[in-house]
Amino acid sequence: MARVIVDVMLKPEILDPQGQAIAGALPRLGFSGVSAVRQGKRFELELDGPADEAALSDVRKMAETLLANTVIEDFSIKVEE
Amino acid sequence: MSAARVGIVTFPGTLDDQDAARAVRLAGAEAVPLWHADRDLRGVDAVFLPGGFSYGDYLRCGAISRFAPLMDELIPAARGGLPVLGTCNGFQILCEAHLLPGALTRNAGLHYVCRDQRIRVENTDTAWTCEFAPGQEIVLPIKHGEGRYVADAATLAVLESEGRVVFRYAGGNPNGSLGDIAGITNEAGNIVGLMPHPEHAVEELTGAPSVDGRGFFTSILKRLVNA
Repeated sequence: MARVIVDVMLKPEILDPQGQAIAGALPRLGFSGVSAVRQGKRFELELDGPADEAALSDVRKMAETLLANTVIEDFSIKVEE
Repeated sequence: MSAARVGIVTFPGTLDDQDAARAVRLAGAEAVPLWHADRDLRGVDAVFLPGGFSYGDYLRCGAISRFAPLMDELIPAARGGLPVLGTCNGFQILCEAHLLPGALTRNAGLHYVCRDQRIRVENTDTAWTCEFAPGQEIVLPIKHGEGRYVADAATLAVLESEGRVVFRYAGGNPNGSLGDIAGITNEAGNIVGLMPHPEHAVEELTGAPSVDGRGFFTSILKRLVNA
């Protein structure tokens, strides 16, 4: 059993109005010192077996096919210890 | 000759399929209902992917719909030349399916925008716009929260140089779309996607801002009859 995390973020050049709105809300709540916010998605995949090379290759395919739209988003994969 | 048959696709969460079917019938074609879970295009001559919130917009707008069984039939047929029109969520599905380049993202102003919008028709060679005049300005309703068209610089340059920007917002950009892009077409001109709603602008009875949407349906009928 293993848990694999896929993080999906809008590419840097893609405008993120939701992140901007959050960045705008922080000072109003009294939080200072944050110059920018980008919002993304985190997927937690519970695998039936170990996170070996074959399983991670499949996760990569899942990310490319469904979890992320690679036209506008980047993804990263990590195995949770 | 029997009436042209235009398929209207319904996914779970599709909203505009009844208006789409009505618009098709008003133009004199037969509206053929297509169900997302069927692997059957029922021999239609063209397909209309209407708007709504298919699969609840889960993950990304159109991301789940793109893998519906019907799409396994529709994607190769569209690549083979079948005329396909996608409006709003339908446009998002066409982009997710990579039948059209780029993607539709959250409106720059974050607000859901619902208003009558002026649009300039810039390409009248497509299967769905041949009855318009080049540069003609039309008014169609828009209603979306994720209509900001984006694509990388190279893709945008190709779209512009090949005249594949079919519609551009006029009199103000409602969502921050790059290049004021409201709709685009594929290389062959058989697939068109746009955020505005022609199917809501075919009858004065419904309080539509115009009947300019009729041009889409007279265009496809003309194309099918001459095919």
